[in-house]
Amino acid sequence: MLRVVHYLNQFFGQIGGEDKASIPPMVKEGPVGPGMAFKGSFGDKAEIVATVICGDSYFNENIEKATEEILQMIEKYKPDVFIAGPAFNAGRYGTACGTICKAVQDKFGIPAVTGMYPENPGVDLYKKNVYIIKTTDSAAGMKDAVAKMAKLTLKLGFKENIGAHEEEGYIPRGMRKNIFVVERGSKRAVEMLIKKLKGEPFTTEYPMPDFDRVSPAKAVKVKESLIALVTSGGIVPKGNPDHIESSNASKYGKYVIEGIDNLTNKTHETAHGGYDPVYANEDPDRVLPVDVLRELEREGKIGKLYRYYYATVGNGTAVASAKKYAQSIAKELIADGVKAVILTST
Amino acid sequence: MVKELERAGIPTVHICTIVPISKTVGANRIVPAVAIPHPLGNPSLGFKEEYALRKKLIEKALKALETDIESQTVFE
Repeated sequence: MLRVVHYLNQFFGQIGGEDKASIPPMVKEGPVGPGMAFKGSFGDKAEIVATVICGDSYFNENIEKATEEILQMIEKYKPDVFIAGPAFNAGRYGTACGTICKAVQDKFGIPAVTGMYPENPGVDLYKKNVYIIKTTDSAAGMKDAVAKMAKLTLKLGFKENIGAHEEEGYIPRGMRKNIFVVERGSKRAVEMLIKKLKGEPFTTEYPMPDFDRVSPAKAVKVKESLIALVTSGGIVPKGNPDHIESSNASKYGKYVIEGIDNLTNKTHETAHGGYDPVYANEDPDRVLPVDVLRELEREGKIGKLYRYYYATVGNGTAVASAKKYAQSIAKELIADGVKAVILTST
Repeated sequence: MVKELERAGIPTVHICTIVPISKTVGANRIVPAVAIPHPLGNPSLGFKEEYALRKKLIEKALKALETDIESQTVFE
């Protein structure tokens, strides 16, 4: 029977919500939470011998230290395979799952499997290194995610052949494998071209990697510049007048800060549902630093602080939405002569 | 968002805690922050020290905006 160690965050590890996101790693013998579902899928072929649980914020604020601590915990259980998550569209959790999977593979030479929604930032960070099963964006897809992850875990553990990504359900790793097909390449290429010319659907055998990089904009003289504040940390006027959602935000807000020297717990709050809101609600300047920028404005260290700020909630928010918000914000900023932006994220 | 603002030609500095995520989404000027729930503060400090810490981070961010760079740069 394969020995499996499982990694979970504080939420799926049944420790608590955002208020427990800062807990350091701990280990529990046997399966916990989603581990029970894996147990069902593994049957008598594999056993979760231990579960490591760590707070999402603790992990991401101390990536190296946390990784080291978790590796030490895993070592004594001598696993044959390692699994993490699934993390769905939780960014901090996905980053943690990917980091730990890669570290376990590198240190112990055993395979690892995790699961994420394709827009999870952990995917772009680790898809080349780790098998990441493609999941839905929320835990509603747990059943399907566990079934696919468990199947791949067993195959890897028993050193069976791993099929292509469509067959196994993982996110393509950018690796090429030689296979035999009936038709030769020239014929397949011509057939594909004919389909393309006819406007019919076709499947490429080698998708081009998507390198979406923007070259850095030119530096500015901040002393002479109008500077704007933008945040994905969800800071809104008290009462959240635009009802920006606490996750997967469908909009952004534009709010006046002219004449405001300092954000307080009476004037502003956070609408973000993906981090413990206590500190941001106590003093919203901890996320949107209006107080310091006002002082620097008075001291003449920046030209001027733009009279509005923009805010959305960056919590499981679709990349396409974020892109759209920023494009429309950029248009307004340029029209108003803003020369540089400070964007804060939680 | 950082990338789209830059694409539109506005130099943008990203102050954030999880630097690997910022890099992977394509921010060019990155300033590492304090912690996820309080990127520009530290509730365990006194008011004055916390303010000074925030000011230091903002000054770093302003310096990043004043620096011409060729590729993604983390301003430690």
